[in-house]
Amino acid sequence: MNTPANSSARNTRIMNRFDLTSRLIAKLKNEEAVIGGIGNTNFDLWAAGHRPQNFYMLGSMGLAFPIALGVALAQPNRRVFALEGDGSLLMQLGCLSTIASLAPKNLCMVVMDNGIYQITGAQPTPAATVADIVAIAIASGLADSAWAADEEDFERLVDRSLAAPGPTLIGARIDDKPGTGQTRRDPVQIRERFMLGLGVRQAL
Amino acid sequence: MAACDAQTGPEGSEAKASEPTSWHDVVLQMLKRNDIRLVPYVPDRILTALISNLHADPFFTTFPTAREEEAVGIVSGAWMGGLRGAVLMQTSGFATLANVMASLAIPYQIPLIMFVSERGTLGEFNYGQSLVCRTMRPVLDSLAMEHHTATRLDQLEFIVDRSIRQAITTQAPVALILSPLLTGGKVLDKRAPE
Repeated sequence: MNTPANSSARNTRIMNRFDLTSRLIAKLKNEEAVIGGIGNTNFDLWAAGHRPQNFYMLGSMGLAFPIALGVALAQPNRRVFALEGDGSLLMQLGCLSTIASLAPKNLCMVVMDNGIYQITGAQPTPAATVADIVAIAIASGLADSAWAADEEDFERLVDRSLAAPGPTLIGARIDDKPGTGQTRRDPVQIRERFMLGLGVRQAL
Repeated sequence: MAACDAQTGPEGSEAKASEPTSWHDVVLQMLKRNDIRLVPYVPDRILTALISNLHADPFFTTFPTAREEEAVGIVSGAWMGGLRGAVLMQTSGFATLANVMASLAIPYQIPLIMFVSERGTLGEFNYGQSLVCRTMRPVLDSLAMEHHTATRLDQLEFIVDRSIRQAITTQAPVALILSPLLTGGKVLDKRAPE
């Protein structure tokens, strides 16, 4: 467990990535796009049930939010969600300012924060005991950023994001469990099916 | 920047869309011709005129990013969503991209279009720039990536237009390197004392 991060004064429940991802997916009724970051975030997205509008990253740590921003700019009438780990986001904190500056009306970012690099052996991140991802997001200009206090609050924040007039960020403190599934590592098929799902391409 | 001015013509000359008079006019027109509307960048002195002209033209959505790989992520997502993009950067910024090219653009077959303002050669004054420049083409070659170095204004339209079209139709990335021979490059304003 991420003891240091959990020992903060924040009254946030420790949740589970797969459970939260499943709750998010269950709320998507309008072919919303979902970008899963590397490793566990996209494994759990895959395990929550493949959708044609899901994109699974296989590398490029930290680029889930930038990729989602690109999709959001290309399709302003479609809601876009991005699932990212705290360690991944630390690789690319500058993207929060870029997104705040562009202020897309259709982008929701979810940070699954366990304070560790779970997939490489659960080493703590440099931020684990000292930094607050949501406070960083707010200071980066993403005013509509909040920690989810518990599962119900997470669902409430997702509902809000589905109707929000600007970009939103949801922080969720999660446990140290590995991802539930294993995404099929076929990048060309992942990309092509995603484009089909977004209506950019027609199948041959 | 005398060499640059010599290449780009007198300041304030009227550039018609069909008769571009400078390298940055050609690049901008080729982006338009190929419907490339999204242009994130990490700035470079040499790219100043191009960047300000992109900002001034409502055809383009152009903005700075904090890192080059962030811009690569953005144009990759945009392309999958049906919006074409290109990234502007400097040589040292390109040096940060090996991982994203090898893990995103190439394996997912995304036509990543990059314009790299070349520093580190033909009058470089910063040793670090000259060293990092030497890594650029070996990295491109080791990934078997298409790349061209534009040195002449009269060849620029051909190189840029054809390369963009090839990237899109073959779904493969391309790096277009803007040589100091084309742009004038960046030089010290004053010669160092002997």
